[in-house]
Amino acid sequence: MGLLSKKDAKLITDPLADNNPITIQVLGICSALAITAQLKASIVMSLSVLFVMGVGNVVISLIRNIIPSKIRIIVQLTVVAALVIIVDQVLKAYAYSLSKELSVFIGLIITNCIIMGRFEAFALGNGPWKSFLDGIGNALGYAVILVIVGFFRELLGSGTLLGFKVLGDPIEKTGLYAIGYENNGFMLLSPMALIVVGIIIWVQRSRNKDLIED
Amino acid sequence: MEHLELFFKSIFIDNMVFATFLGMCSYLAVSKKVSTAVGLGAAVIFVLAVTVPVNWLLDQYILQPGALTWLGAEYADYDLSFLSFIMFIATIATMVQLVEIVVEKFSPSLYNSLGIFLPLIAVNCAILGGSLFMQSREIESIGLAFNYGISSGIGWFLAILAIAAIREKIRYSNVPAPLRGLGITFIITGLMAIGFMSFGGMLTGGDDEATKEPETAQVEQVEEKEQKLAENTTTINE
Repeated sequence: MGLLSKKDAKLITDPLADNNPITIQVLGICSALAITAQLKASIVMSLSVLFVMGVGNVVISLIRNIIPSKIRIIVQLTVVAALVIIVDQVLKAYAYSLSKELSVFIGLIITNCIIMGRFEAFALGNGPWKSFLDGIGNALGYAVILVIVGFFRELLGSGTLLGFKVLGDPIEKTGLYAIGYENNGFMLLSPMALIVVGIIIWVQRSRNKDLIED
Repeated sequence: MEHLELFFKSIFIDNMVFATFLGMCSYLAVSKKVSTAVGLGAAVIFVLAVTVPVNWLLDQYILQPGALTWLGAEYADYDLSFLSFIMFIATIATMVQLVEIVVEKFSPSLYNSLGIFLPLIAVNCAILGGSLFMQSREIESIGLAFNYGISSGIGWFLAILAIAAIREKIRYSNVPAPLRGLGITFIITGLMAIGFMSFGGMLTGGDDEATKEPETAQVEQVEEKEQKLAENTTTINE
């Protein structure tokens, strides 16, 4: 980390735990829950948000002194919509089946509260390099939660990780299935994502007592 | 019947909050008191009821592949669907601005209690999600689009009303400290979502399209057989 000063490094590490966009700032919940039934979808969504936030934060920061205050939400929406259209077209071109699974949720990155939230809270008041780091940091914090939820849901729900059968073959009863283990199909259903995130919040706040609400 | 089916389907089975998790951020933020939850829910129903039909018109006449044929036959190949996101969000932002003006004029108290959340409806995933789902499910007429908008809004409204009521009541419960506030809300919402899954068998007891296709196929086969019989009997008579 030679090229980042201590304060700049904090912009990236803070959102990973103590100021996590999903569990602390309560932003970006919608997509964190809906698409995490498979680890691959979580990773692709995280990369998309990383791209949009990194570039978006820089763009907004560069034009922050020219945007009239009355139309700034519309300008922000336009920038984000343009970036998301790019992401959507790239996904349709290179990963068509995955884009069909993610369907509407790529478009919903536009209304992902993290992006607009960080524009308002940071990019509108800071220089491009710092805004870029802040964007990357928050996107990584979002990615951490998505990957954890996706990991547990896919592992416990279908016994696979990224499509590879890691617990053995359920049909031929090898590996863990030989002793009678069964996949918990419930984990693949959407309500379990809510409960997994609730448990993550529980663990996080038990370890850091300052985060407990009154 | 199609309208009634879509209406109940969107409220209970495809509930915006419990089935697809749209609008969670404002759902979590505004559900501390029932009165503000009711106000926000009503605003969401209104905005959805207005934006989904307008976006349907946009999709039908400008964005869909082949939609521009009303301008002239040479435009039939144009596919502007990649512009959907930006056009939908533009209409939503405009409509929300309109709603804000109307609410401020007719109910200043509601305007004050909603505060910042009224303009934030523009970036509520539920609103954009409503339009995007309307597009991806290829809803066929403007009446159905209007129906879909209102019923999705009612579904969202029911969800936020329920969680606000529960959150008011559990303020006196003994929730473990790390779960207080956000954590317990997530778990309660998860349990409510599991509950709402029970509505899955409500309309047909199973998959509607799967039962319809074999029936029509059988009807066609029977008609073909009758035709063949008729032809055979005429040849025999000759």
